[in-house]
Amino acid sequence: MTVKAKPSRLAAGKPAWKPWTREEIAARAARDIPEGFYVNLGIGIPVLVANYVPPEREVVIQSENGVLGMGPEPAPAEINRWLINASKKYVSLVPGGSYMHHADSFGLIRGGHLDLCVLGAFQVAANGDFANWSKSETDMPSVGGAMDLAVGAKSVWLLMDHTTKDGESKLMRRCTYPLTAIGAAKRVYTNLAVLDVAGDGFAVREMAPGLTFEALQDVTDAPLRTAN
Amino acid sequence: MINKIVQSMAEAMAGIRDGAVVLIGGFGSIGQPNALIDGLIEQGAKDLTVVANNAGVGRVGLARLMELGRVRKIVCSYPRTTDPVVFEALYRDGKIELEVMPQGTMAERMRAAGAGIPAFYTPTSVGTLLAKGKELREFSGRHYVLEQAFHGDVALIEAWEADRWGNLTYKSSARNFNPVMATAAKLTIAQAQHIVALGELDPERVHTAGIFVDRVVHVPYGEPTVT
Repeated sequence: MTVKAKPSRLAAGKPAWKPWTREEIAARAARDIPEGFYVNLGIGIPVLVANYVPPEREVVIQSENGVLGMGPEPAPAEINRWLINASKKYVSLVPGGSYMHHADSFGLIRGGHLDLCVLGAFQVAANGDFANWSKSETDMPSVGGAMDLAVGAKSVWLLMDHTTKDGESKLMRRCTYPLTAIGAAKRVYTNLAVLDVAGDGFAVREMAPGLTFEALQDVTDAPLRTAN
Repeated sequence: MINKIVQSMAEAMAGIRDGAVVLIGGFGSIGQPNALIDGLIEQGAKDLTVVANNAGVGRVGLARLMELGRVRKIVCSYPRTTDPVVFEALYRDGKIELEVMPQGTMAERMRAAGAGIPAFYTPTSVGTLLAKGKELREFSGRHYVLEQAFHGDVALIEAWEADRWGNLTYKSSARNFNPVMATAAKLTIAQAQHIVALGELDPERVHTAGIFVDRVVHVPYGEPTVT
């Protein structure tokens, strides 16, 4: 089931709140990644997280195509044409970084060695189910490494818009799209809020500036409560 | 004397039959053996099942092989890449079969094939459409899906250096699927940027031992482009 945001609230002139941008969502999530974490960043908003981890904090970023210790996009003169990330963009390797083949890379992923995986999603449900690979049974499916990452990492955070362009909630009582994994998501960073998956709903940790709890619930299918 | 280095592409492609299961290395265009794919196009085998992470870009290489109607089925994890024009059209018209596998399951099924493991249980895809019809089993309170080894008839891979025994090294993230595919096929054909004398590769740095490789072609093409 999906709910439409009530047009009365959104269409009546400018909303009183300011949604976070993609960069702000990424920066907000980066702030919460502890020193020493091994992290995989999925394509979309998640890859931007790497740009916002403070340089003094050592976080080791893994890329599914066999890179452990991925660094930022290199200057044009420094590009290694054999070194790309999961989004097929040029990246660098930090000192201490290493390469491995695909079976080892996914052994690392499935084997519970990653502290955290940050993924994008179409939908997430109150029980932690989420969907990010296909919008219907007839849609051209493209799963990549998402299902392996979802079950393998110790924690899964989702970075996503709170609603679709039409204003439909992406934070659901139950997902309606084909699932990527059951019960895997732990936390969600949207353009409107930071929320923990709480089983029967979501617990709101933080909201975009100017947003009220009621207005957030209004655009969210799943029930919300405030985090302790 | 063992010498796996062949002098022509025709020699490299000899014996690939219609209906073959062809494993093609690479992640996007990095580590993808483009010269061997062109060789396969030239060679003419058809009704192929191709296993690759992506379903081709633009109208060259794997996309060209598909456009020529030579691929019956593609097995991949991520067909929706930058510019999958050929695959999209074939898929829409029902002219190509698609089997989507989680990327890690795809890698592990080929690793298992090369390592003599007929099947294994994985937590990946439990509770999703991709586990439909597969055996489920519980170990220590957690559910797993049974996946079987995936063998290839032929593997086409790209290496950085090679010697006449077929020992290989790879460069940076161009390693990706190549070492795993090299172990999983009956006939493994590698293209290499550099051919070095036997004994010249540091044994501590050999990524794929020559036992897994049948033929090597020297293709010093220079730098890859990202697609």
